[in-house]
Amino acid sequence: MPREQFQADLDRLQDGLLEMGAMVDRQIERAMAALVERDVALADAVIRDDAEVNRKRFDLDNQVLHLLAQQGPMARDLRVVISVLSMVVDLERMGDHAKGIGAIVQMMSDEPLVKPLVDIPEMATRARSMLNNSLDAFVNGDIEAAYRVGQADDGVDELQDRVYKDLVAIMINDPATVEPCTHLLWVAHNLERIADRTTNIAERVVFAETGEIVEMDLSTY
Amino acid sequence: MAATDMQAGADRGLYVPRLSFRHKKGAAFFAICLAGTLVGVVFLAFLLLDVWRDGAGFLRWEFLQNFPSRFPERAGFQSALWGSLWLIITTALLAFPIGVGAAIYLEEYAPRGFVTKAIQTNISNLAGVPSIVFGILGLQLFVRGTIGIGPSIGGGFGRSIIAGGATMALLILPIVIVAAQESIRAVPPSLREASYGVGATRWQTVWHHVLPQAFPGIMTGTILALSRAIGETAPLIMIGALTFVAFRPESLLDPFTVMPIQIYNWVARPQPEFQDLAATGIIVLLVMLLSMNAIAVLLRQWTGRRYGR
Amino acid sequence: MVGNVTDEAERTAASAAARAAGVSVQAGVRATEPEPAAEPGIAVEMRNISLWYGQKQAVGNVSLDVPRNRVTALIGPSGCGKSTLLRCINRMNDLIDGVRIEGEVMIDGANIYAPNTEPSQVRRHVGMVFQKPNPFPKSIYDNVAFGAKINGYTGNMDDLVEESLTKAALWDEVKHELKKSGLALSGGQQQRLCIARAIAVNPEIVLMDEPCSALDPIATQRIEDLMLELANDYTIVVVTHNMQQAARVSHKTAFMLAEDDLVGRLIEFSDTDEIFLNPQDSRTEEYITGRFG
Repeated sequence: MPREQFQADLDRLQDGLLEMGAMVDRQIERAMAALVERDVALADAVIRDDAEVNRKRFDLDNQVLHLLAQQGPMARDLRVVISVLSMVVDLERMGDHAKGIGAIVQMMSDEPLVKPLVDIPEMATRARSMLNNSLDAFVNGDIEAAYRVGQADDGVDELQDRVYKDLVAIMINDPATVEPCTHLLWVAHNLERIADRTTNIAERVVFAETGEIVEMDLSTY
Repeated sequence: MAATDMQAGADRGLYVPRLSFRHKKGAAFFAICLAGTLVGVVFLAFLLLDVWRDGAGFLRWEFLQNFPSRFPERAGFQSALWGSLWLIITTALLAFPIGVGAAIYLEEYAPRGFVTKAIQTNISNLAGVPSIVFGILGLQLFVRGTIGIGPSIGGGFGRSIIAGGATMALLILPIVIVAAQESIRAVPPSLREASYGVGATRWQTVWHHVLPQAFPGIMTGTILALSRAIGETAPLIMIGALTFVAFRPESLLDPFTVMPIQIYNWVARPQPEFQDLAATGIIVLLVMLLSMNAIAVLLRQWTGRRYGR
Repeated sequence: MVGNVTDEAERTAASAAARAAGVSVQAGVRATEPEPAAEPGIAVEMRNISLWYGQKQAVGNVSLDVPRNRVTALIGPSGCGKSTLLRCINRMNDLIDGVRIEGEVMIDGANIYAPNTEPSQVRRHVGMVFQKPNPFPKSIYDNVAFGAKINGYTGNMDDLVEESLTKAALWDEVKHELKKSGLALSGGQQQRLCIARAIAVNPEIVLMDEPCSALDPIATQRIEDLMLELANDYTIVVVTHNMQQAARVSHKTAFMLAEDDLVGRLIEFSDTDEIFLNPQDSRTEEYITGRFG
C-alpha cells in the first residue's frame, strides 16, 4: 500500500473521531440519567467531563493540521480531512448541550416533575442513535444512511413540538409551574440541537463521499 | 532482521574491511598508471635530446633560406618548408569545407537509415586505410587525371601542389568528418530545441547555434588531422613530390617537395653531415607540428571561453 | 467539455437523491467560488490525437480543448505521454525520426498538421519553455533578440528586448548587464530568460514542459507567479510532475495515464479545483491522492 504513513494518520484520525463520538454519546446518556434519576452528583460529573470532550476536539484539530501540512491530502482524502475538522466542532457543541442538560439538572435540584418523562427521553434516544448512525455512515461511506439521519431529524422535531405544546398547556393551567416547565423546555431544546448537529455530520458524510454540499437541516428552531 | 542488526550497530562480523590491503592495491594501480605515462615522456625526451644534439649545429637562419645542395654546408630547407606550407594550406582549404559539410549533412539532415549507416561505416573505415593507398588514388585521379584503367578524363594536374593537396585532403577527410560529427553531436539537443522553439528553420538552427557551438571541436579535429598530413611521406612520394627542388613554389600547379621527403632524402645520403642536416630538418618539422597543436588548444580555449562556460 | 457534462449529470443525480430524501440542495462547491468574468474561447483544439514512435504507440486518441488565456496543466505519471502530447501542439515531435501523428490540432481554425503548413511558423505562434533552462550560449540581449531576428522582426529591437524581459519579470535584475552571457545567470533567472525568449516572438500560446523541475522552491514560486500573470496575455499549457503546482497555477487540469498497453490516454479533463477536490474517475483519484499502483 503506497503512502502507508498517510493512511495510518488517516486511520488514527478516524479512530479519534469515533472515540470523541463515543465520549459525547456517553455524556448525553449520563446527562439524561442524571435528569431521570434527579442525580445532581452525576450532573456535576457530566459538567466536569465536558472539558475532556473539548480536549479531544483540540487534539483532533491538531491531527488535522499536521495531516494537511505534512501529507497534502487531495480529492477524497482532502474532503474527509476537512469533514473531520467540521465534525469535531459539531461533536464539541453536542458535548456542550449535554453539559447544558447537566446544568439544568443542577438548577432543578429537587423540584418536583411537572409531568412524567416520556417524550424527552425518547428525543434523547433518537438523538443518540442519529449520532451513532451518522458516524457509522461516515466510517462506511454510506450516503443512504446519512440521508436517513437527515430524515430522522424530523421525528425529533415533532417530538419537541409535542413537548412544547404539553408544557405550554401545563403552564397555562398552573402559572406556578412556569419555572420547572421552562427547565424541561430547555432540556428538550438541547436535545433538539444535538439531533440537529448530527444532521451536520450527515451532510459532511455526503460531502466527503461526493464532493456535494447538501443542506439537510430544515428545522425552524 | 538485518535492519534490527544495523540499528543495534552489530554486523556480526559479516563485513571484513581489510583497509590496508585495499590501500596497497590502490597504490599499486597508481604506480602502473604513472609508469605508463612516463614511458611515453621518457622516450620522447630521448628522441628530442638526440635530435637536438645532432641537428642544433646547422640550426641557423641560412638553413631556412638555402635551397638543397650537394654540399652540406650550403644545403637548406627553404623549398621543403614552403612546399609544406603551400601543401598544408591547400589541404586545409579543401578538407575543411568538404569535411564539415559532410558532417553537417550526416548529423543534421540525413535520415536515419540503412544508407546513412553504410556511408557512416565507410567513412570510419577509410580513416584506417594505409596512406599509400591514398597516394595511388591521388596519382591516378589528380596527377594523371584518369580513373584507373579507363581513358583519361582530362589533363590532370601533374606532380603539382594542387594534386598533392587534393590527395592529402582525401587522406584526412575521414578524420575531419568524424571529428566534426563528434563535435556536432556533442552540441546538446536542448540547444537545438531552444532554437526550433522560437521558430528557427533547420538552416538557421545549424548556422546560428550548432556550428558556433561545435566550432572549437571541429577546429581542433581539423588541425590535428592537418598535423598528421604535414608529417606524411608515403602518398607524396607516390604522386612524385620531387626530392630535389631548388626553387620556391609560386602557384598551385608548381612542382614541390615537403619537409618529410627532404629529411628522408638527407638521411639516405652516406655523408654524416647530411645526417645532421636531417636532424635539423626534424627540429623544424617538430616546431611546426607543436605550433599547430598549440594553435588548436588556444582556439579551443578562446572560443570556449567567450560565453563563460 | 466531456468532463463538464459528466460533472453536470452527477450533480443532477445527486440533487435528485437529495430531493427524494426530502432535503434541499445548495449549489455545488464550484458555484460558491468566483467564476472568471467571461467564458474563455478555445485556443487549441486537439482532435483525436494519436502518436507513434516507430511501431510503438505513445498517445492514444486524445481530444482536448485548451481554453484561451488560461493555464492548463497536464498531469500524470512518468511515461503517460503528457510531454509528448504537449510537443504535438508546436510540432516539436517532428524533429524526432520515426514519429507518426494522426489527428488534428486546430489553432485559429487551422490544422497545424495540414500539408503545406510550415513547422517553423507553427513554433513561432506556439512558444516553448523546456524542463532544463536552456539559454543560448550568447548574451542576454541576443538570447531574447534571436527569435525576433530570424523571424524578420522590423520593430525596435531594444524595446522588444526590454518589453519581453519585463514581462518575464527579469528586466530589473539584468538591465545593466544585457551583454552578459545568459549562462552566467542563476537557474531561475535562466528559466525566466527562456520565457522572455519565448514571448519575444509574440506567440499566442506558450508551452511549458516541467519548467520548474530543475529549480529550487523560491525560483519555482517566481515562475509559478509568472505563469498566472502571463495567462493574461497568452494561453499557457504546462506539463508538471508536481501536483501541488498544477493545483496552484492552473485553471484546467488534464490527467493522462498509460495503462497496461503503455499508450497514454486522457482520463479526465476538468476545472482544476474539480480535479483536486472531486475527481470523477477513480484512476484520477488514485493518482492525485498518491495511491497509485
